[in-house]
Amino acid sequence: MNELVFFINNVVISGLTIGSIYALGAVGITLIFSILRFAHFAHADLMTLGAFFAFFLTSLFPAAGPAIGLPTAFVMLPLAMALTALSAVYIDKAFYKPLRSHGVKPIVIVMASLGVTLMLQGLIRMFMGTSARSMYIDDRKGIHRIELPFELANRPVVLTDPQILLILLLIVIVIALHLFLTRTRLGKAMRAMSDNPDLARVSGINTDTVVKVTWIIAGSLAAIAGTLLSLDVSLKPDLSFHLLLPIFAAAIVGGVGHPYGALAGGFVIGFAETLSVFNWAVILRPWRDYLWFDLPANMAFVSSEYKITVPFFILLAILVWRPTGLFKGKVL
Amino acid sequence: MLMKLPMKETLLMVALAVAVLLLIQVMGTAYGVRVLVEASCYAIIALGLTIQWGYAGLFNAGIMGFVALGGFSAMLLTFPVNQSFWESELSGELGMAFLKLFAAIALVAAVLQLHRLSVPRSIRVPIILMVLATLYLWVVNGFAPVSQSIVSQYGFIGGFGLPVWAGWLVGGVLAGGVAYFIGHICLGLRSDYLAIATLGVAEIIKAFLKNSDWLTRGTLTVSPLPWPVPGAGEVGFVMARSLYLSVTAVLIAIIFYLLHRAYNGPWGRMMRAIRDNELSSSAMGKDVNQRRLEVFILGCVLMGIGGAALATFNGIFDPNGYLPLNHTFLVWVMVILGGPGNNLGTLFGAVFVYVIWVMSEPVALFILNSISYLGDLWFAWEAPSDFTSRALQARVFTIGLIITLVLRYAPNGLFPEKVQHHH
Repeated sequence: MNELVFFINNVVISGLTIGSIYALGAVGITLIFSILRFAHFAHADLMTLGAFFAFFLTSLFPAAGPAIGLPTAFVMLPLAMALTALSAVYIDKAFYKPLRSHGVKPIVIVMASLGVTLMLQGLIRMFMGTSARSMYIDDRKGIHRIELPFELANRPVVLTDPQILLILLLIVIVIALHLFLTRTRLGKAMRAMSDNPDLARVSGINTDTVVKVTWIIAGSLAAIAGTLLSLDVSLKPDLSFHLLLPIFAAAIVGGVGHPYGALAGGFVIGFAETLSVFNWAVILRPWRDYLWFDLPANMAFVSSEYKITVPFFILLAILVWRPTGLFKGKVL
Repeated sequence: MLMKLPMKETLLMVALAVAVLLLIQVMGTAYGVRVLVEASCYAIIALGLTIQWGYAGLFNAGIMGFVALGGFSAMLLTFPVNQSFWESELSGELGMAFLKLFAAIALVAAVLQLHRLSVPRSIRVPIILMVLATLYLWVVNGFAPVSQSIVSQYGFIGGFGLPVWAGWLVGGVLAGGVAYFIGHICLGLRSDYLAIATLGVAEIIKAFLKNSDWLTRGTLTVSPLPWPVPGAGEVGFVMARSLYLSVTAVLIAIIFYLLHRAYNGPWGRMMRAIRDNELSSSAMGKDVNQRRLEVFILGCVLMGIGGAALATFNGIFDPNGYLPLNHTFLVWVMVILGGPGNNLGTLFGAVFVYVIWVMSEPVALFILNSISYLGDLWFAWEAPSDFTSRALQARVFTIGLIITLVLRYAPNGLFPEKVQHHH
């Protein structure tokens, strides 16, 4: 039974956590990809920026969290989301919109987004330094140890506050996003524009508003993902570096332009990563007497230094066999 | 006919010459020549990028990976042979591990041909996946014990002791091979996908070089790498570096001449046609993806050679030293500032940007030290302890700003591409 608990802790819970983070990022990527038609490389840095805003607010009001009983950074999340969304809108206005109105090829905007990546990284490190920081200032990370009601399981399932909050928040976001995209005028306008921008424009949709709303949604989701990830681990300025490839892989696996596909893609990539670095020898150990080979101490598919290869090869595989993604997205 | 020198280009070249002379004057000849050699290596890399981006409009976001492969090849082929390892039993075991790898590759290739036997897809896919997983584990478990004992007993396998030019050449070939693999998959799709894939492959190459201790000594680094010319110990710093510079200059001259011929020849015309209007050129019967693959591989070969020359010059192979900022984005700035598609502009951009890049570090430190000194003096403000490491991040910001500003205000660079019109 302890092996099962180990599996739950190391695969189910961490896969759900990292999958949710990837999903939140990938939804933003896929919305920008389908409405503005370029791969937004600065997205992972928007996540870092959001986390940085949350950290900044936390250090301003360190007592806000304990008063309510939640992590302070989580209490500050709405403000951080607003700030990140605002930054995203202004970054678009300053750097991408002039290029768009010049009618350049989309790939030039991709380059500009790499330029924005560097600028954000430089700024964040200038203000925050290059070392990792804890998001907890006046409070501590809540860790829940859940004892399983079985006799053989003497190890607890471990869940942390940020993980619970992340998963709850993700459910709320999915429902809200679904309602927004299917029930409101603006959501329908967004879908129309992602299907055919010219047709949307001639039928009287204000494309500027749609673009702005896209950035607001993408920026807020990025802030949530960044903040909760750094609450769960720690706030590192090079957070984005480990996120960029997985979230792009998630968006493409799900099918570009498909928010639900991006959610699924995020979990596919998240679980693929955790399953491939998981040490399968632990699961097999109870049966070691019946195996025809000697059980090695470590039987992970990929050692954790090469974790980045997992999203990469999933990405390549999907590009070879099904470039539209699992959910029949666009091949732009 | 008299050749008229264009005003702007001449002025820019004069400005560059003045900047270089100033650098040599201020920092000393040995340092100045060193910067010039490094700039010339970067120029080879930048020429590789300019044909990808300028000739064909392909976005390569993973230059670092190809540069690192070049450096790795220069290290592996030219470093002196580790006799004690090759005489031990471990070399045979390593050979067995490689045999397993080749056998596995052959088996995978065979399984991928199952469709020729008209095996239905529903059976084929599970078989392929099973075979892949089993072979993967078999090969990995074949390598693991050998590589561990190599690291514990001999450090690493050492080099092959071949001449330097062989290392540079193989560096180009290795980079080209990886480029074929990536390009073959991504070039038929939207250009953004190539950017994502190259970004990923660069990180994977770096992770591989960093963690394969048996092959590269990982973070312990390998040095000194042999030079193609007499080293500083024999003829002095300035002379040795000048000799090295002449080697890279000859290399650049050859590459430049060939690229110039190619650009003005039918091949270059076709590449530009594909870049400017993909639809009409494919309607004229050009195989767009094949041509793009060609130019992508060619560009990456040049990046590999440039990376090999750079690593050989530095004399050290350090996988951790390869950073996206220094080896991808700096090259980007060189090309888009100099003028994509204009070889002369690219050369100018490479030297100009590199000189500024090198100078920016002491200048930034000087400014920031003055700031913290004055802040302390006037406001009793104490600078944080990691002030300098933070302050150098201003360079990251500046590179990003330059990229976005050049794209917006001077998309053709300082030396715009000159297309010859035949009337």
